[in-house]
Amino acid sequence: MSQLLVDIILLLLKIVIITHVLLGAVAYTVWLERKVIGRMQNRWGPTRVGPFGLLQPIADGLKFIVKEDMLPPGVNKPLFVAAPLIAVALALTSLAVIPFGETITLFGRVIPLQIAGFWDKTAGAIYDPGVGLLIILGATSIGVYGIALSGWSSNSKYSLLGSLRASAQMISYELSLGLALVGVIMMAQTLSLRGIVGQQAGGIGHWNFFGGGWQILGFFIYMIAAYAETNRIPFDLPEAETELVAGYHTEYSAMKFAMFFMAEYANMFTAASVATLLFFGGWHAPHPALEFGAPGTIPFALGQVFWFAAKIFVFIFVYIWVRGTLPRFRYDQLMAFGWKVLLPLAILNVVVTAAVVAVRMAH
Amino acid sequence: MVHQILFFIFAAVCVAGAINLLLQRHPIHSALSLIVVMGSLAVLYLLLGAPFLALIQVIVYAGAIMVLFVFTIMLLNAGEEERSHGSRVALVLGTPAAAAVVGIIVYILVKGSPVDIQIGKFVGDTSSVALMLFREFLLPFEVTSVLILIAIMGAVVLARREH
Repeated sequence: MSQLLVDIILLLLKIVIITHVLLGAVAYTVWLERKVIGRMQNRWGPTRVGPFGLLQPIADGLKFIVKEDMLPPGVNKPLFVAAPLIAVALALTSLAVIPFGETITLFGRVIPLQIAGFWDKTAGAIYDPGVGLLIILGATSIGVYGIALSGWSSNSKYSLLGSLRASAQMISYELSLGLALVGVIMMAQTLSLRGIVGQQAGGIGHWNFFGGGWQILGFFIYMIAAYAETNRIPFDLPEAETELVAGYHTEYSAMKFAMFFMAEYANMFTAASVATLLFFGGWHAPHPALEFGAPGTIPFALGQVFWFAAKIFVFIFVYIWVRGTLPRFRYDQLMAFGWKVLLPLAILNVVVTAAVVAVRMAH
Repeated sequence: MVHQILFFIFAAVCVAGAINLLLQRHPIHSALSLIVVMGSLAVLYLLLGAPFLALIQVIVYAGAIMVLFVFTIMLLNAGEEERSHGSRVALVLGTPAAAAVVGIIVYILVKGSPVDIQIGKFVGDTSSVALMLFREFLLPFEVTSVLILIAIMGAVVLARREH
């Protein structure tokens, strides 16, 4: 078999497996969220379907499929149907460039643990997109259209207000989000996600959040902006129930509604992945002694996936924790905070990091 | 070979999007066509070996700027446009202007580019773009940023005058 054919088959396999793993994780994140929030509010959360309510996501999925898919009168049909597709498609696009480990050797073939990663046999290295981080930012910025168009095409005032809020909020916080990452990019001198993670090898002291770059300010700005980008509490104004019924997805039902749900949770996973890759050493263990097996073996590769997944889990848990803790911002507070606090802090972080990098290069 | 096929597909999508932009009567459909044009232009940049430029095109133009367009159209709740018979001025001035643009493009294409740029043969990564911007074209780059700063200040002054 020619190398091209093998690469294409591997690519398709990786797409199928990784997409299913992510969507499964999304379904169980919803379960986890209901369970954890329930405990925080002194109640049980789902308990009826299966042990600990573990089959609840499957019941919910079935419900989404068999419910009537309603098309309200007066909607702009093509855009109304396209909007949830845009939202979920672009949320899943980011997944293609996220690396979650180095390589795994199966049946004598070296397979990079990343959808858009290919093994270059002659060079003996992984070929991955050199602008991986920008691809994620690009997919995020196009993803706004899913929300903007859903509100406009619904022909409903609540939906329109929700999507107007969402667009304004996402444009405002995208700036701080991008600038917060510039510090790490300047330190790493690359936009390749693999490149950035590769420089954080060797334990917790080399992670960009700690000794690797002290990007503590950058991390917190990124995390706050990411909460706003994914429309999560305390920045969930686009779907503020008390004011807007359900915001931009008020008029959606059945699977179309589920798509917005999937998109939101997939975006949470992307945000958590970027935080892990850029600030917390990606798939590297907190200490070299905690890596599994010898480099190149299958346990080693699975160990890297474990550490990556563990870090993602922590971020997802914090998402849920924050939802159970903080009240929603008022709209003017949200805008003032984004432009007057977060953006200047992000610029300050860029300037200080640039100065440090320049001094380091001069010596 | 793959590059050429992709080039023709996305060039066709780009032109079709641009024509659709003019033909659609609803502002939001026109704006969406423009996003398609921006997106396919980004793919053409990618094929020319400029991934950084392609992604900036997507983030800045297809993302940020077009979101503002769509946002404004939604906020104004602009309805369908009336189809007019066209103005005489557009006919008198527009036809020669369009002919001139087409003439210049044809002339450049026939004459050939001074730089040998072929699809799939050129690699322009992020650092080479940065080196060009901050060494060879530093003055134009800084002048442009001052220009944008003046535009921002102008916008602030205009927005504040009511108070």
